Amino acid sequence: MELQHVTAKIFVDGAPSVDAETVVKVFQTWISEQSMNELLIDVADYEHVPKGPGIVLVGHQADYSLDNMGGRLGLRYNCKVAREGSNEEKCLHAFRSAAKACLRFEAELPGIRFSRNEFELAINDRAIAPNTDDTRENCESIFNRFVREQLGQSDFQLAYESDARRLVGAVVSVSVAIDFDGVASA
Amino acid sequence: MKASNNLWTSQLDGRISDQLASEIDTFETEIELRSQGKVDEKVFAETRLRRGVYGQRYDNGKRDDGNGSKDLPFAEKTTKGPGTIWDAPGMMRIKIPYGGMNAAQLEMMADLTEEYSDGIAHITTRQDFQLHFIHIDDTPTIMRRLASVGITTREACGNSVRNVTGCPFAGVCPDEPFDVTPYAHAMTYFLLGHPDAQNFGRKFKPSFSGCHQHACGLAQMHDLGLTAVVREIDGQQVRGFKVVVGGGLGAVPRQAKEFDEFLPPEEILPMAQAMAKVFGKHGEKEKRSRARMKFLIDKWGLEKFKEEVLAERAKLRDDPRWTDYLTNIDALEEKPSRPGGELPAIDDPAIQKWVDTNTRPQRQDGYVTATVALPLGDLTPDQLRQLADIVREFTPGTLRTTVEQNFVLRWVSKADVLALYKALDDADLSDAGASNIMDIVACPGTDTCKLGISSSRGLAAQLRTQLAVKSMQLDTAIENLHVKISGCFNSCGQHHVADIGFYGATRTMGGYKVPHFQVVLGGQWEENGGSYGLPIVAIPSKRIPTALDRITEYYVQNRESNERFTPFVGRVGKAKLRQLLVDLTENVPAYDHEPGFFSDWGDPRLYSLDDIGKGECSGEVVTQYEFAMTAAERIIFEAQVKLEDGQFQDAGRDALTAMVKAAKALVQIQYDDVTEDDPDEVIDEFRERYYDTEVAFDPFAGSKFADYLFAAYEEKGKRHTEDSAHHLIEESQLFVESVHSCYNRIRTAGIES
Repeated sequence: MELQHVTAKIFVDGAPSVDAETVVKVFQTWISEQSMNELLIDVADYEHVPKGPGIVLVGHQADYSLDNMGGRLGLRYNCKVAREGSNEEKCLHAFRSAAKACLRFEAELPGIRFSRNEFELAINDRAIAPNTDDTRENCESIFNRFVREQLGQSDFQLAYESDARRLVGAVVSVSVAIDFDGVASA
Repeated sequence: MKASNNLWTSQLDGRISDQLASEIDTFETEIELRSQGKVDEKVFAETRLRRGVYGQRYDNGKRDDGNGSKDLPFAEKTTKGPGTIWDAPGMMRIKIPYGGMNAAQLEMMADLTEEYSDGIAHITTRQDFQLHFIHIDDTPTIMRRLASVGITTREACGNSVRNVTGCPFAGVCPDEPFDVTPYAHAMTYFLLGHPDAQNFGRKFKPSFSGCHQHACGLAQMHDLGLTAVVREIDGQQVRGFKVVVGGGLGAVPRQAKEFDEFLPPEEILPMAQAMAKVFGKHGEKEKRSRARMKFLIDKWGLEKFKEEVLAERAKLRDDPRWTDYLTNIDALEEKPSRPGGELPAIDDPAIQKWVDTNTRPQRQDGYVTATVALPLGDLTPDQLRQLADIVREFTPGTLRTTVEQNFVLRWVSKADVLALYKALDDADLSDAGASNIMDIVACPGTDTCKLGISSSRGLAAQLRTQLAVKSMQLDTAIENLHVKISGCFNSCGQHHVADIGFYGATRTMGGYKVPHFQVVLGGQWEENGGSYGLPIVAIPSKRIPTALDRITEYYVQNRESNERFTPFVGRVGKAKLRQLLVDLTENVPAYDHEPGFFSDWGDPRLYSLDDIGKGECSGEVVTQYEFAMTAAERIIFEAQVKLEDGQFQDAGRDALTAMVKAAKALVQIQYDDVTEDDPDEVIDEFRERYYDTEVAFDPFAGSKFADYLFAAYEEKGKRHTEDSAHHLIEESQLFVESVHSCYNRIRTAGIES
């Protein structure tokens, strides 16, 4: 199974009050500076939709969003293009991109802090990865290797999305805090 | 962009109707040809628009970041339309005829929203869905997935017959004489791709209403509006339609005029076909701003328009589809899935409020409709799936979208109302206030539209927030007002028919551009949008909330008992209401003191007009000749692919088809009624008009290329070898080239007809 279109969402710690206008400003600055690895195009504000994508920074190769999907606030990286490399490398790319964005947010938006112990991985493509037992089984080994080998974690848990209509994916909980700086600079 | 596009093609093979599969294959080939530069960009733009693939703001590769316009560094590729960059994301409009959907379609919409867009599905003011930030390379796959659940995007945009809208309460409304659903359904599929509806200078919008008094179908603002009427004839109750024509909003709004007070059902399809033919033949093609049907009626007068349509109607060849559907008129009738009941006692004020504002009794005892009010017409993939579950549990399996950007659930047993509310609440879909002041309608505006001047959605979100704070204390008179916002004068937010409408404008103040909204008063939502409001004053965007407060408070304080807003505006006068607001246009703050005044709602960038582009609402004027020739060249390309695959017979057949199509393109510029269904006629007409007259003769090669056509047609049944198919493809290409040359010669000589 060759994964593509991996999304990674790193949850926000606690329940901070995040001002949407400030988030929009941060994303607008990123576009102005074109300072991420992707071509950044526009900001879409969906704060009026409960448990929605929140504020989305739309890019050509990927979108970033400070979203509240599933009722949990977090920074999501959604890879929209096909990537080269192993499945674990694609997971790492998504996680690293999300972690870098989290670090920037923490620097530019004081008061917000992202979890170093909990994140979500999903495959945003139902042809490649329908949410079936087989796919979950395949993902299990891929996600396990990624967390163990790429993130260096030995004590972790994966909780899978079981609704067959939703994207295949898992919430990953690790016991040792992940070093975002290390992941970002690796 | 998606890695799985080929996977979907194979996975969905056999699960799509042949017709839709063929159309989508054709579009995919057209994308390929355009990417190779083999199709003109203007032709391709109109081609994709007619497939629902639309441009979006910044797709010219420029974006103002508040400090000036900057390039968005997309990769160098060909364009997908004039000034439209290939990789720039666009919008996909998905037609939902009369708003009717089932649970499986909702689930498909959820999947597509999640996988291809920015995560939000949007419902439009014409009952369509829109997905934003879509890459053009993904559009054929999206179309295939939609087709697998019976949805097409064909003619969702461009100069075509747009979505046939219809009253979402059709079939269950106590005020309708009969259900308009089967008629709207029949018109949708009769006009879809109809050859007589392909040559417009602009779009053509039909609509069906079940009654005169409500606004659910908005017949008065459509090119073709049909309202259900029953007459007693010879002691029998007979169905028919009041037909109005030439309505429309936009910069120059027109109320539709009565074309026929009672048109029998068997005549609605041929009459629509005749109107399409007249509009195609005589409608303006060059001046885009005068190309809607309303302007043809302005120019001719209603009587001449009627004469022309009736004359065209008399000439139409009989088509069994005009009446076939009438023999099974109840085929789409919905039956309840659960027994009717009685409304239980409600002790929760929030639920009671929702019941009061969002449910309506059906004409069938024991049932209600329930409106799902969506903020700005938006919802998430998870909400779509939850809604699909709700539809399956509480209804016969369907629902409707509405022109107020909501959903209507039908056939809800009164006994289920509390359980339904709970299910909707679990999905965050239980907002009260459907169709009242909280339920603000807004077009996409500057969020995504290339024509947007001000942020209609930003303003709508702000007003919703402001109103939500005091929603439980709002005076009933205010609660029942309709607020609608457009980002520019084109009125996609339908500001003309709101009690209080706003449309985007701009003014220069203190040396800066400042986003404004014109305040539009006097419009009427009822009676299918029975009258249009007029702008009274332009106010800076950031002061619109204050303006709304002042207008509504003045109304509450000064209205006579039970006086509705539209007559109130008429009685008080616009001068007085303008006076209430005019100070809001003055006292501009210094930029340094209040920079937010110089930005729009939800957008911190310093306001600018630099991002406004050329809109695609009006499509591209592409002649039938250009479309036909593009198709001929595509078919030759497909023949080449088949030749490479060893399908010699099919390759030879396609090569001949391309030649006939090119011949027809020439014939049609002199003789509009030639039909492709009859290739013998095409050949005969081509011979008479272009061969015998030598008009098609090449200046050097004489009749050579035309002879290829006749020879190939003579041998149309022959078995093809690789060599013969190869030769025929070459001849086909040469013939197509000769047609282009011929067309250029006759254009230059001015001898088209």
